[in-house]
Amino acid sequence: MSYQSELYQQVILDHNKKPRNFRPLENPTHSCDGHNPLCGDEITIYLKLNKDMMVEEISFSGSGCAISKASASLMTTHVKGKSVEEVKIMFDEFHRMIRGEFDPDKNKHHLGRLTIFIGVREFPSRTKCASLAWHTLICALDRKGEAYTE
Amino acid sequence: MAEKIIKTEFDVERIRGDFPMLSVMVNNKPLKYLDNAATTHKPFSVIERVRKFDTEEYATIHRGTYKLGERATILYNEMRTKVASFIGAPEPRSIIFTSGATQSINLVAYSFGHRYINEGDEIIISHIEHHANIVPWQVLCEERKAILKVIPVNDNGELIMEKYEQLLSEKTRLVAITHISNALGTVNPVREIVKKAHDVGARVLIDGAQSIPHMKVNVKELNCDFLAFSGHKIYGPTGIGVLYGKPEILESMPPYVTGGDMINTVTLEKTTYAKPPSKFEAGTPPISQVIGLGAAIDYINSIGIDRIQNYEKELLIYGEKVLQDIGGIRIIGTAKNKASIISFSLENVHPHDVATILDEDGIAVRGGHHCAQPTMKRFGVPATTRASFAFYNKPEELDALARGVKKVLEIFS
Ligand SMILES: Cc1ncc(COP(=O)(O)O)c(C=O)c1O
Repeated sequence: MSYQSELYQQVILDHNKKPRNFRPLENPTHSCDGHNPLCGDEITIYLKLNKDMMVEEISFSGSGCAISKASASLMTTHVKGKSVEEVKIMFDEFHRMIRGEFDPDKNKHHLGRLTIFIGVREFPSRTKCASLAWHTLICALDRKGEAYTE
Repeated sequence: MAEKIIKTEFDVERIRGDFPMLSVMVNNKPLKYLDNAATTHKPFSVIERVRKFDTEEYATIHRGTYKLGERATILYNEMRTKVASFIGAPEPRSIIFTSGATQSINLVAYSFGHRYINEGDEIIISHIEHHANIVPWQVLCEERKAILKVIPVNDNGELIMEKYEQLLSEKTRLVAITHISNALGTVNPVREIVKKAHDVGARVLIDGAQSIPHMKVNVKELNCDFLAFSGHKIYGPTGIGVLYGKPEILESMPPYVTGGDMINTVTLEKTTYAKPPSKFEAGTPPISQVIGLGAAIDYINSIGIDRIQNYEKELLIYGEKVLQDIGGIRIIGTAKNKASIISFSLENVHPHDVATILDEDGIAVRGGHHCAQPTMKRFGVPATTRASFAFYNKPEELDALARGVKKVLEIFS
């Protein structure tokens, strides 16, 4: 399998085509606009946290490449029901995984199916596409208002 | 089969042999390099000339009382003369070496700007500029309380000249315009633009970053006041660029960067400046790169810019045809007068994904906004995929591009 076909797996293509939770949320408790200045991708994350600081609802809107859209879509399905603390651990593992610094095959992890994004590590120019949604989510949690990929 | 498409007599295989990078393998496939608007590859003659200079002739310039320094100074000055004659500039002193087109434009924005732009003055740019020809003017306008006006484009990506005429007035101090749009390929009617600007007493800077590699540019014929371009887009080294300016205007402009090499005398109280071009070349210049630029110009001249232009035109026509034959593709930038750049978008597929998948077949294209976000916005897309050709490209590479795009459409179907 080529690196490209590892990147564009069926699940990713599917989430790109039919993104889940792809709509604005009314009355979010948290939200943030994320930008990738490199390619002009834009995303907004909407969140509802409950009083126990668990993600009760999450959705996103915006435009971007297949990797960024699928990453956002899969992220929303995976963080729902998680605590803020757990989300931050997932972000850290995900972020390190796509940069090739964390191997979920060899370590205990909290990523579930998000490990299909491991192929991104072969494409350093695309890590920002995969991480945009996550940076934006963390920004929403931290109530920062706007996020840029680093 | 495809070869017959090209009628210009042009031995592309022999030419390709001059460029070592063109035989590099990417993902075990031969590189098909279609990102020439971003940067171009260097022929052996450039690489070899720089190597020879660095290994046998290197010395700093303007201060050597030793043989090597004198020789390097002479060579450096010869390169200035070479650049001048390449762009039809009557006097070598009108050629300033910079680090690239970006710095050339910034030099004018700063230096010309501080001398000539005042509150309420107007500067005109177009809607299809590279950020390098937008941001310096925005900064200047903000600082001087001047006003930036923008020439709109039609749906083909051509400047609307009637609108340009309406924007011109006695308040216009400068028109800064690209010769060829790096995002769309549009060739702007710069001669007419210059004439109209001069009619109201305004000066004109032409961003020639994309035109110098693809067509004959003669500053005397165009009668422009400034011209900016980069070495790395004309088969030369990075870190070297050119600003042409009319000598009398350069004389009247204050220095941009100050320090050594740009002075006549310095006392701790007061400095008198050297005349242009030295006035604008503070510090030790990129000497090897200047030598490399000269070798690049020799290479282009050895092939002939007119033949380059004719061949690339045929490549463009062929490329647009094979892409359009696929269906489902929107070419952005359909000007009548167009250089060998094809920007396109595919429905429901982001240019980044296109570029990544094409890369698997060794095809290098650019997916992005091409440092021209206002242009992208004008055409309602966040980004495009851009294939840009040089004379060392061949029709087979465009066939490969078309096959690659087909594959992308299948993956995302
Ligand atoms: C039209 C145009 N102007 C200016 C530039 C800036 O050139 P450089 O990055 O070499 O300074 C470019 C490069 O992409 C360009 O295409």
